[in-house]
Amino acid sequence: MENRTDKNSYTIIFAIAMVLIVGSLLAFTAASLKPTISENERMEKQQNILYAMGVNDNDEGSATFISTDKVAGEFSKYIKKQIVIENGSATENDQAYLIDVKKEQTKAKSGGTRSLPLFIGEKDGKTFYIAPIRGKGLWDAIWAYVAMDENMVVQGAYFDHKGETPGLGANIKQRFFMDDFIGEHLLDESGNFAGITVAKGNADPKNLDKTDNEVDAIAGATITGDGVTAMIRKDLKLYWPYFKTLKK
Amino acid sequence: MGLLSKKDANLILDPLADNNPITIQVLGICSALAITAELKASIVMAVSVLFVLGIGNVVISLMRNIIPSKIRIIVQLVVVAALVIIVDQVLKAYAYELSKTLSVFVGLIITNCIIMGRFEAFALGNGPWRSFLDGIGNAAGYGLILIIVGFFRELLGSGTLLGFKVLGDPIEKTGLYAIGYENNGFMLLSPMALIVVGIIIWIQRSRNKALIED
Repeated sequence: MENRTDKNSYTIIFAIAMVLIVGSLLAFTAASLKPTISENERMEKQQNILYAMGVNDNDEGSATFISTDKVAGEFSKYIKKQIVIENGSATENDQAYLIDVKKEQTKAKSGGTRSLPLFIGEKDGKTFYIAPIRGKGLWDAIWAYVAMDENMVVQGAYFDHKGETPGLGANIKQRFFMDDFIGEHLLDESGNFAGITVAKGNADPKNLDKTDNEVDAIAGATITGDGVTAMIRKDLKLYWPYFKTLKK
Repeated sequence: MGLLSKKDANLILDPLADNNPITIQVLGICSALAITAELKASIVMAVSVLFVLGIGNVVISLMRNIIPSKIRIIVQLVVVAALVIIVDQVLKAYAYELSKTLSVFVGLIITNCIIMGRFEAFALGNGPWRSFLDGIGNAAGYGLILIIVGFFRELLGSGTLLGFKVLGDPIEKTGLYAIGYENNGFMLLSPMALIVVGIIIWIQRSRNKALIED
């Protein structure tokens, strides 16, 4: 039963035509939507940073950002200063929030200098230092914005992920996990950087002990939790020298 | 069902029970394991697959006479991948919040064997309207099992449904937890999804002996 569509020539022509049509369709979609998408991503960054310092529309249980139409105004209202730390010296840069942490990590890996953005916000007379960090979860990237005071005590955190398992690792962006970090110390009692460990069986599910450098892990999300621990230890530690200069 | 002939109606009704993609055809098991730890994720996945399979089946059916048989699987994969990625991009631009919820599912949808299975088994040999019904029916059958599994895993594993603490608070020890009930953490892990699917298969086959193969 030989018919037209079984011929090799037809198959090859069909394949070429398909690749051309689908390829240009995807390229066209991606290119024409790109400005809108990057604008969304820019606003999301601002929302994340503001969320970490407690400027959000949270109600009882859910994590809600302030709306996109207000975010630009609120961002310039609350974020007083944006700095970039390079080799221990801080310079002001009002576009610091656009720095891609992923690119900076790659730069550091290949021997370059990593630029560390830090956002300094003020709310109700309190100063917040908000740092973006990035690491690996189980399947893909995870990242966070952590707001601290000058003693590196966490004031708020926003976690997010690219592809963690829904219902398990994906729960790092749920309130019950993120809120555990509030008040938690990043330094140990003698003032050295200890980070915060996402610990199983720390026997403190309500997270009342704020100086144990531990928060309660999510059941079934061990590797994502370990990723959070590693990300905090590695990336937030880079900011420690800057916080030491604040105390002088 | 005045709109549909009996044969057409069966295209939708059969996959819900006696020809269910998960429990009878045993397709789509990987995603059934991966995303049923909570009910909400199950529902999102069910709706997404309903959408993709319904439209994908129609597209493949319209193309069925021009697809070269030698590369038909590749063509099917390209169609479903292009469809999903375009939808993902459009959502990213115009419904950013929604797209963030769905982004995890994109990869799972493209590689879902039910979608490829229905393209191959049905849409390549039938007209668009019947293919559409078949797509909707199979996706609904798949979604039904996903939602049942998600319901039990979330209820017994976390003591919540759609995030609401229906059994009380395990930390404050209220509700059921006050009398010593504990969540079964094992329910959150993938093996339990397989066991729940197994129990559904068992119940289904013990009620309808015709489904049992020798």
